[in-house]
Amino acid sequence: MTITLNNRKETFDTGPLTITDILHIKSFRFKMLVIKLNGALIAKELYDSTLVKEGDTLDVIHLISGG
Amino acid sequence: MASKCVGIAGAGGLGSNAAAALVRAGIGRLVVADFDVVEDSNLDRQFYFPDQTGQPKVYALKNNLLRINPTAFVRVFHEKITPDNARSFFSSCHVVVEAFDNAEEKEWFAVWMDKHLPRIPIIMASGISGWGHPEQMRVQRTSNMYVCGHQVEPEKKEIPLLAPRVMQVAMMQADLVLEILLKDIPQTHDHNVKQ
Repeated sequence: MTITLNNRKETFDTGPLTITDILHIKSFRFKMLVIKLNGALIAKELYDSTLVKEGDTLDVIHLISGG
Repeated sequence: MASKCVGIAGAGGLGSNAAAALVRAGIGRLVVADFDVVEDSNLDRQFYFPDQTGQPKVYALKNNLLRINPTAFVRVFHEKITPDNARSFFSSCHVVVEAFDNAEEKEWFAVWMDKHLPRIPIIMASGISGWGHPEQMRVQRTSNMYVCGHQVEPEKKEIPLLAPRVMQVAMMQADLVLEILLKDIPQTHDHNVKQ
């Protein structure tokens, strides 16, 4: 499937995939993340069960200290 | 813009500099909350002066902002922002700038805003350490959340915060405030920007 991941087209061999799958495949290992699927914030406890489908827009925002 | 209210969550390097730019740009009302006091080590990048060390940042900032525009309305809270008091600070704002220091706070605040004040745009910052290559600084937009910065965790933990990047990101946040508040006003050079 092809999705828009952080503003870029990204193609995966299979789909749909859970958010946890995508974080694993893309090696996103950040502790502090905010994830939005099609603009809606997804709670951490739903990463395992939320499916990302063809054409979806996924934003994985890395939160880094400093202010 | 004189009637618009902007919330600033944190009065460190991001919040103090963004607030100054917004007052200069003519924003009439600011709400600033922060628990911290001005220290010598803040003066290399935050909008404070040596004679203000020891003062709560929000009071020092209010004084400095009123020197820019004595008619600005600046409401300050010298308190740590928590899920219990955030609504009372920010619910009447048109847009909120997230200017916390640490990632854990950025995370709870983003989630809290999305849940409790979902109609208020939130402009966050993530990844402001280091120097050089200013083109690395970007904005990630998703619905009414905006994230400014490089979003890159430094490989060395002790990469410093330096004024140019801190202020660059604070100015990106302030500029996004204007973009949101002025979205109905066309810019004559819009067609040039898009080319």
